[in-house]
Amino acid sequence: MTRIGRLFENLKRSGGKGLIAYITAGDPTPEHTPALVEALERGGADLIELGVPFSDPIADGPVIQRAGERALRAGTTLRKVLDIAREVRRRSEIPLLLFTYLNPVLRYGLEALAKDAAASGIDGCLLTDASVEEAGEYVRIMRAAGLDTVFLAAPTSSPRRQRLVAQYSSGFVYLVSHTGVTGERETLSDAVGPLVRSMRSITELPLAVGFGISRPEHVAELGQQVEAVVVGSAIMHLIERNLDNPSLEVQLESFARELKHGFEMAKAGAHRP
Amino acid sequence: MTPQPDAGGHFGSYGGRYVPEVLMSPLEELERAFCEAREDPAFHAELDELLHTYAGRPTPLYFARRLTQTLGGARIYLKREDLLHTGAHKINNCLGQVLIARRMGKKRVIAETGAGQHGVATATVCALFGLECVVYMGEEDMRRQRLNVFRMRLLGAKVVAVSNGSRTLKDAISEAMRDWVTNVATTHYLLGSALGSHPYPLMVREFHKVMGEEARAQIQQAEQRLPDAVFACVGGGSNAIGIFHAFIPDRSVGLIGVEAGGRSARLGEHAARFSGGSPGVLQGARSYLLQDENGQVSLTHSVSAGLDYALVGPEHAWLHDTGRAEYVSIGDRQALDAARMLSQTEGIIPALESAHAVAEAASRASQAKGQVFVVNLSGRGDKDIDIYRENFRELDS
Ligand SMILES: Cc1ncc(COP(=O)(O)O)c(C=O)c1O
Repeated sequence: MTRIGRLFENLKRSGGKGLIAYITAGDPTPEHTPALVEALERGGADLIELGVPFSDPIADGPVIQRAGERALRAGTTLRKVLDIAREVRRRSEIPLLLFTYLNPVLRYGLEALAKDAAASGIDGCLLTDASVEEAGEYVRIMRAAGLDTVFLAAPTSSPRRQRLVAQYSSGFVYLVSHTGVTGERETLSDAVGPLVRSMRSITELPLAVGFGISRPEHVAELGQQVEAVVVGSAIMHLIERNLDNPSLEVQLESFARELKHGFEMAKAGAHRP
Repeated sequence: MTPQPDAGGHFGSYGGRYVPEVLMSPLEELERAFCEAREDPAFHAELDELLHTYAGRPTPLYFARRLTQTLGGARIYLKREDLLHTGAHKINNCLGQVLIARRMGKKRVIAETGAGQHGVATATVCALFGLECVVYMGEEDMRRQRLNVFRMRLLGAKVVAVSNGSRTLKDAISEAMRDWVTNVATTHYLLGSALGSHPYPLMVREFHKVMGEEARAQIQQAEQRLPDAVFACVGGGSNAIGIFHAFIPDRSVGLIGVEAGGRSARLGEHAARFSGGSPGVLQGARSYLLQDENGQVSLTHSVSAGLDYALVGPEHAWLHDTGRAEYVSIGDRQALDAARMLSQTEGIIPALESAHAVAEAASRASQAKGQVFVVNLSGRGDKDIDIYRENFRELDS
């Protein structure tokens, strides 16, 4: 079992919920990323999605697009992201999930990546544009190296597709909260409730919800339905606004803490008569 | 050869479906709608009627007498797609897809465009069917194809400037895909080339294969035989696959796809995917891709906006690997010179894209006495007049 699997077992035992923080590795530079990851962990993040920047991120909104452009300009490559993971691992056991598009991975080579990622302390991988139909070989190779493969389920996924996504996923299943690209949202869409219920009837795997979640109130609302929530664009937006600010790490830590507090708000709310 | 693509949209190991999960069910829905339409005689009757009375099919196959004499070799015929309504082959696919969109009950249509010809053709069919139309176009392409930007607006479409990346076709496609991901329920993405995820490469080919079917019958009428070679420019690959398709079983007919050689063979200065690229995945499909050693997509350059794109349509990748078609490249300068030559020998000003195919045919003609060439003249050159003026200053005093 990977650190991801152990995380969800621990959460289940303690009755807690997981905060998943997405960060584009290499923004503003690859050297910054380990400290930013550590700040998020201090604030209470339970799992880090390390985004590997890609030149043509079709599933991403403007905030993560700009983060990727900065990271690419700073010379970030998949190889460097593995170095970042190794650096994080020197001090931390936080689960790490690579989050990227297929082409950089194909170029690196599936076998080579599985081997190098496992050796760097990566726990799993999520490829936004790898449909389950095209993912057979990738899943086989990653699993053989002891890595989890996480897939997305969307509000548009038919029941047949939801079953396939569950079947190809390990660690957890990532539910997309709304149809659209990544980005912060004011309110949550109501599409996610039916998707959560439907996935529950299909799989025992833990469920995480992401896309659009940016506030403690969102975390509170979703924390009642799923095992974990993912926050990405709001974190990258905070980084973007503080690229040269020496207090960036402190701010990230307190933002993670506020988000994590959302789960407590939910519990308190649930106990209110 | 086994029929391509397979049920998953694969041409050999190319093509397929590489998109975020949100788009998978919409692609399945589109595939169902397309397959049903394909079996429906009423669909074909309506499409044929539109192609005939609205778009102007069949287009002539014209014997280019003075061009042939000037080059002194192969007898050269031009398939006159430039004479179609809106000025390029793109309208074939747009008429087909707009009928599919209507069958699916979609009220909003989005598209990407490079040279603006696909955008104009999309805006045209949306006006014809009373649908909302949004076209994404890179800022660089808006600058160099200004005339088409205004045509789209006059036709009632909204043109959205894309300022990401190289500000060309690739970035316009990414932006259109983001719109589609967001508005899938109401929107049909009218993709303009033989690119993207299944069923697009198949569907776009099916709507364009009429070019090859007509040309094959026309050349037999004119020459009592099949041609020795068929030439077409290859951006995403729609005009090329459309004219090649009917000839694929005719093993004696050479199929020659012409990519943009741009300024030089250095990565970033051309769009020659076969000589300069390697298999990769971009915007929904696996095919030959211009990329760096880290799997980041390279910038491309061509004087012609319609050929300026990093990935080639997946069926071409398969035709390349099986050896059934041959792919070469023609540089900016050669294409410009071919456009001028065709203008002055035949009184036909071609689109810069099509001029690449003319240039390759011209370069082979003198060594091919007794042979018959067919060149797909995919579009007319009005949209390129500003670029011709810049490059032929001596004519503009
Ligand atoms: C006249 C013309 N020919 C060719 C092309 C290239 O596209 P494709 O390779 O899909 O035919 C374009 C694209 O804009 C075009 O306008």
